Amino acid sequence: MANHESNNNSEKKYLFDNPKNVKRILYGLYVCCAVLVLLEFVIHRHIYHSWEDLFAFYPIYGFIGCVLLVLVAKWMRTFLMRDEDYYDKLEKKQHPAPAKSESTADADSESNQAEQKQGGNHVDG
Amino acid sequence: MWMAELPAFVPFFIGALIALVTKGKLRQAVLLLTPVLSGLHLLTVPAGTILSFNFLNFQLEVFEVDKLSLLFGYIFHIAAFICMLFALHVKDTLQQVSGLLYAGSAVGAVFAGDLLTLFVFWELLAVTSVFLIWARRTERAYLAGLRYLIIQVLSGVILLAGIIFYAHVHQSIDFEFIGLNDTASWLIFIAFGIKCAFPMLHNWVTDAYPEATPTGTVFLSAFTTKVAVYALARAYPGTELLVYIGVIMACFPIFFAVIENDLRRVLAYSMINQIGFMVVGIGIGTALAVNGAVSHAFNDILFKGLLFMSMGAVLHMTGKIDGSRLGGLYKTMPKTAILCMVGAASISAFPLFSGFVSKSMVMSAALNNGYGWAWLLLLFSAAGVFHHAGIKIPYFAFFAHDSGIRTTEPPKNMLFAMTIAAVLCIAIGVYPQALYSLLPFDTGYNPYDATHVLTQTQLLFFSALAFVWLNLKKMYPPELPSVNLDIDWFYRRLFPAILTPFFNMFWAIDRAVRGVFMRGVNGVLGIISRHEPDGILSRTQLSGSMVIWVSMLLAVFLLLTLIELKQSFLFLGIHLQSLLDIPSQLWCR
Repeated sequence: MANHESNNNSEKKYLFDNPKNVKRILYGLYVCCAVLVLLEFVIHRHIYHSWEDLFAFYPIYGFIGCVLLVLVAKWMRTFLMRDEDYYDKLEKKQHPAPAKSESTADADSESNQAEQKQGGNHVDG
Repeated sequence: MWMAELPAFVPFFIGALIALVTKGKLRQAVLLLTPVLSGLHLLTVPAGTILSFNFLNFQLEVFEVDKLSLLFGYIFHIAAFICMLFALHVKDTLQQVSGLLYAGSAVGAVFAGDLLTLFVFWELLAVTSVFLIWARRTERAYLAGLRYLIIQVLSGVILLAGIIFYAHVHQSIDFEFIGLNDTASWLIFIAFGIKCAFPMLHNWVTDAYPEATPTGTVFLSAFTTKVAVYALARAYPGTELLVYIGVIMACFPIFFAVIENDLRRVLAYSMINQIGFMVVGIGIGTALAVNGAVSHAFNDILFKGLLFMSMGAVLHMTGKIDGSRLGGLYKTMPKTAILCMVGAASISAFPLFSGFVSKSMVMSAALNNGYGWAWLLLLFSAAGVFHHAGIKIPYFAFFAHDSGIRTTEPPKNMLFAMTIAAVLCIAIGVYPQALYSLLPFDTGYNPYDATHVLTQTQLLFFSALAFVWLNLKKMYPPELPSVNLDIDWFYRRLFPAILTPFFNMFWAIDRAVRGVFMRGVNGVLGIISRHEPDGILSRTQLSGSMVIWVSMLLAVFLLLTLIELKQSFLFLGIHLQSLLDIPSQLWCR
């Protein structure tokens, strides 16, 4: 990946720009998951906890646990999420006027860059 | 012989002093050589070495070495070297000197044989590390640093209070097993708990660490919390309360991590989650559990450091760290992306990576000692770790939607530092015996049995499947520019919101009371002013004017006398007349 500073039009195609490669990864994952469940028939698991008796306990627990985690976290957003400058506008002395509702993606990235210039930049170089 | 008793923090403090007065290549050499030389020295120090002297009837053990402190001493030296290498390109005296002092304080703290020495290094950790946050030189970082410093110093003050109680009761300040029983032990426990990011006391981690400089956060992630884990492992192993605290610590931050936008803050939450595993291990307190706790601390410094380094590199190169503003960086930072994924695999405890060989010890200990419920919750959070740290961090930074950012790989020293950490992560995962030989207890534990490898792999792959499924169903919460409320809301919003009106009212009442009082005082002063030396009633007058007044008085007196006289004569005349009449009457008779 040598020279990539050139224009977007002439930019080279990267690995995941091709949707086929994404598909391949996903199919790889599905196959791995299937094989891991099938391995339960071959490998005898030691049982320490009564829940482990259940067939495919770990896959089920991992999948359901993660789905629950994400759904609960998503629900938590309804009462925990605030604007990005929630604290800043109270604490910062020289806080710029809060940006208007950023409708377009362009305005979004522009104001972000401005903000990064103003606040969040690193100092070393 | 005296060389062995040279306290391990001394080289760091000397190195910091030299770094302060040198520049350029020479300083870079000093920064890199200090942890190397100090580490080589530490390798020659045998367990059991003690350097002590008397101070006010107490035995101060400035340098006491045993297996537990040596383990932390080694990893702190490795971490200091990796951090220094990662920050080598930085041209900022403040960061480099305070970085060395900070690492030295951490080393000093783990080799402290008595509580007073521990307290000194405890506070030094706070004071030296805050400069790594302030070095960002933004107003946000300044305020976050202030909050960080207040909480850290508070922890030290509570520790000191506990030490005073403890010394009074036990007539000793030896730093050994304390256990929860009296006031002193509770105070020390809470002081450790603040630095260890116990639930409700955790917010300083997620508040301050993401505001530090790209390189400063790597330093911060390595030392403060791990010193607290070490202190807990020494003083409170087998305290059952720690199991409950640890399970809460392992579980609640992963919810915040899933919805957090700032990727370094995600890592800070996942750090609390990892410390939760360590705290559970210490709480169980068996040889296997404590081994698991301290070895997980060892590994966490490496893989969490690696993840913080990769995100620091992203921040350094792009100036952005929010998940909503990044993406597609694998195109231009492929090496960083791969190194980040090694860290992600390690923290998720994939077989052959370092997390696998240490986290499982805590899990097994939980099962063996009848904490089945704790094991189930830890298993849930282990799946959750993979979800937020293992997938989310690399995915939103390097893949996901293409943010259009085109940059380059970070400076060579950064890549090199990350490579060292990544190699260590894999080396420990492949050959765990090297790490196990350093642990305080010999348990003969083997992580690589078929059941463990299979179940852990199943757990992780199906967590990944859940991520894919949620994304394909468009149920995964998108990264949004946002702030999520946490405990800091209480002291950043609620307290100011309550206290500002309260103080306004207080000042108003104060003004009114003082107004009344001042009016009283002014009245008294007015009276006094008439009588004071220069007052209207006690002014010195000229004697001439006095003479005039006297003569005036005399004149008035004379006038009045004259009037009186006349009246007197008239009165007298009548009486005389009547008086004269009497004899005539007599005579007439």
